[in-house]
Amino acid sequence: MLLSYLKLAWKVLLRRRFFTFINLFGVSFTLMILLVVMALVDHVVGPNMPEKRIDRMLFVNTIRQEMMDGHGWMNRPASVHFVDTYIRRMKTPEKVAMTSNVYDATAFTNNGLLPLDVRYTDGNFWQIMDFEFVDGRAFSGAEVAQAQRVCVINEATARSYFGTADVVGRTIEVDLKRYRVAGVVRNVSAVHIASYADVWVPYTLSPSLVRDNSIGGEFLVVLLAPTAAAAPAMREEYRQMMQRVEIPNPKEVKAIYSYADPMLATFTRALHITRAVGSGNSQTLDNDNVGAFYLICTLMGLLFMLLPALNLVNLNVTRILERSGEIGVRKAFGATGRNLVGQFLVENVVLAVVGGLLGLGLAAGALALLNEAHVVAYAQFSLSWRVFGWGLGLALLFGLMSGVYPAWKMSRLNPVVALRGSGEQK
Amino acid sequence: MENILAPAETRPAAPRLPAGPPVLQLRNIEKVYQTKTIETVALHQVNLTIGKGEFVSIMGPSGCGKSTLLSIMGLLDEPTSGEIELDGRPVQSYSDRELAALRNQKIGFVFQSYHLINDLSVLDNVELPLLYRPGVGGKERRERAYAALDKVGLSPRTSHFPGQLSGGQRQRVAIARALAGRPEIILADEPTGNLDSVMGEEILDLLLHLNREGTTIVMVTHDEQQALKTQRLIRFFDGSQVS
Repeated sequence: MLLSYLKLAWKVLLRRRFFTFINLFGVSFTLMILLVVMALVDHVVGPNMPEKRIDRMLFVNTIRQEMMDGHGWMNRPASVHFVDTYIRRMKTPEKVAMTSNVYDATAFTNNGLLPLDVRYTDGNFWQIMDFEFVDGRAFSGAEVAQAQRVCVINEATARSYFGTADVVGRTIEVDLKRYRVAGVVRNVSAVHIASYADVWVPYTLSPSLVRDNSIGGEFLVVLLAPTAAAAPAMREEYRQMMQRVEIPNPKEVKAIYSYADPMLATFTRALHITRAVGSGNSQTLDNDNVGAFYLICTLMGLLFMLLPALNLVNLNVTRILERSGEIGVRKAFGATGRNLVGQFLVENVVLAVVGGLLGLGLAAGALALLNEAHVVAYAQFSLSWRVFGWGLGLALLFGLMSGVYPAWKMSRLNPVVALRGSGEQK
Repeated sequence: MENILAPAETRPAAPRLPAGPPVLQLRNIEKVYQTKTIETVALHQVNLTIGKGEFVSIMGPSGCGKSTLLSIMGLLDEPTSGEIELDGRPVQSYSDRELAALRNQKIGFVFQSYHLINDLSVLDNVELPLLYRPGVGGKERRERAYAALDKVGLSPRTSHFPGQLSGGQRQRVAIARALAGRPEIILADEPTGNLDSVMGEEILDLLLHLNREGTTIVMVTHDEQQALKTQRLIRFFDGSQVS
């Protein structure tokens, strides 16, 4: 039966070319936009180089200090003191890494000024992140502790500065400071806020490094759980640890808040905190808002699909009325309402899947254009199997959304009336 | 397989053999169409028995209720009151699903305007009733459709589409479709109404032959000459049987 439905669906699509074109255009264009958005999101929060084990990672971006007497908030990344005293003593993490935000720096080449983004990291950073080394190696914890003037650079910097990627052991001068190149890595997309840079150097060389007992400092912290399943426990341990943190200046600071979050939650919490802090309501800081974020995205996605789906429903209902004679004949020869719903849904789903595949093709083209335009430094947006799976899922959902009502309406047609060619229902 | 399209001059009238046990019985059938302002009686106290192997024609002026009667006989429409028995079983209490199964197994339809599905090939059109029959696989479906097409002399046209056929050929495809499910009764609603006289005769020949082979046929027609060639002629007027 299913084979017959598929065969018929294919024939109907081929023989009604204008309808098929309009339908495919609507489905593929809508899916293209959704897939491009999903590919962009996946590029940021998915397991991409160098954050391949992102399901095991938690990120601590900010420590928020609520000042006394309503004097506002002070938000800063973590200090070395805070990381050493509290985070490194946690039991669940397999590894804890520190990395600064990127700083603007410059280097001079024969062709002129070369603007660079520099990041200060510890040795664990290289063990948590999975960079792809073109040549050489990362710098070690020992080299960091000894504040050796070594660095890792990306391929683009190697080629711009030296004219080749084969530069291990050579010296690069950044902001008038000389570093020996220990390794060269593939370019990392600038959307990876915890790992992207042009040049990575030991944090012990940072000019703004402060070694006192303050909590706020200059480092993002990345925690690696032993398994993905252990990540929630690590998050909980961090939450409990924060309750034991001593406030170093209790006369000025009323409370301290900090969270170890998965990548997506770092964004959603940041959005939420802006609102919570603005309203002076510190109780709501605990909510990372990921659920609400997913809900809003789902609703927006559905709304976005709903409009073309409604159009398709309309088109399908009209098409049904055109085919009422066929429906009458099928009913006369023994088709049940369920048979007809099945047939029509298969037709719609086939159409949606074809549209989905076209949409995937269009999305791949759109992403290639985005990559070509270099909107984000070193970003190579692509459709992963995960996005592909989502795309096909969306196409099926689309097919069902636009097919269920017309199919139901069709199954209700009175066979005698349908044979007369009118659309009157039972 | 025998091609049953016999030349017109050799065509015999249906023999008036004694009717077999009843295949279809209608008792006190009433059909009333009700709108807010008008009540139209389409059928009034119709009592009719169709015996196994009979070829019955129904005649009457337009709007006298012939097609409504055929729809009710074919379980496509429900009477307002009265009883229908198909193969000795009363069908009033049957669900839509059960009625669909009965239509599929017991009844074959031939319509005036053929009602072939233009998107499907001749073969696929003929396979249609078997598509809804449990236990009939693709191979058997195909074989039975070929056999039915062979019977109506359309074997060379299996991969054509309805739009590529003449009116007479289309109606032969429609008859093959009705035959493919090997129904006990064929209900034909003015099967020659859209055809010229030559083609009309050809189609009637086909139906007569099928009847001689044992298929029970009820045919609605406007053509008295054709009706007289069947075993029994029933006349309708204003929703009532008059002879």
